[in-house]
Amino acid sequence: MSVRIYLTEDTMTAYLMGDIDHHCAKGIREEIDETAQRAHPKEMILDFRDVAFMDSSGIGLVMGRYSLMQALGGELKVVNLSGPIKKVMRLAGLDRLCIIENGGTK
Amino acid sequence: MRAINEMKLTIKSRSTNEGFARTAVAAFVATLDPTVEEITDIKTAVSEAVTNCVVHGYRESIANIYITAAIYPDNRVVIRIKDKGCGIEDIDKAMEPLYTTCQSGERAGLGFAVMQSLCDKVRVASAPGRGTTVTLTKMISSRGGNDEQHAS
Repeated sequence: MSVRIYLTEDTMTAYLMGDIDHHCAKGIREEIDETAQRAHPKEMILDFRDVAFMDSSGIGLVMGRYSLMQALGGELKVVNLSGPIKKVMRLAGLDRLCIIENGGTK
Repeated sequence: MRAINEMKLTIKSRSTNEGFARTAVAAFVATLDPTVEEITDIKTAVSEAVTNCVVHGYRESIANIYITAAIYPDNRVVIRIKDKGCGIEDIDKAMEPLYTTCQSGERAGLGFAVMQSLCDKVRVASAPGRGTTVTLTKMISSRGGNDEQHAS
């Protein structure tokens, strides 16, 4: 599986792994949404530290989770983006949509 | 100008092949000793184009995707990704950032925008019912000195 999810009281952290493309985005999305809809976290963190590659499917993934967190009344944070991934995110203007930061601990 | 190296690859439009296609093209281009950023740009652009064939061209049915790549003496790489799928009615519209025919909200509509920002040139030829060919051109900075004449 290319995502591992950890829950604390208010926060759900999803560690994404490997390549994020159209092929594996679906599985990641389903896993995250299933947990989020059950747990209703106040904050969702998508951690990209172990993502080796991402195309615009990753942008769709972030945009979809942003909408989900809006619907749940929570906040989305995207952390630990490598240079090339930040480049693709910026292109989509996602840096204006949600909080992108480099912190986060494992 | 004649190509100094060429490759051809035919794959089925299965989404598992998206990763294979971008990795194969990247490995071919690696003979030019590109920077990591250049390789990532190429992988990302190829991934977008192949995904378009899978999702839009063939609408998730299984048929052939034809990929060629050529390296020219001026360190130019030209990659062609072709499908014989449904084709695009309005290419300008399809290339508009954020335009997508996907209803689920899970596709950003940024495939062409990503290709355009990561490549030097993107050409799209398409006819409804006949298929689509995307041609990506990318200049690779010459590090190893593959050729003296290196376009700036």
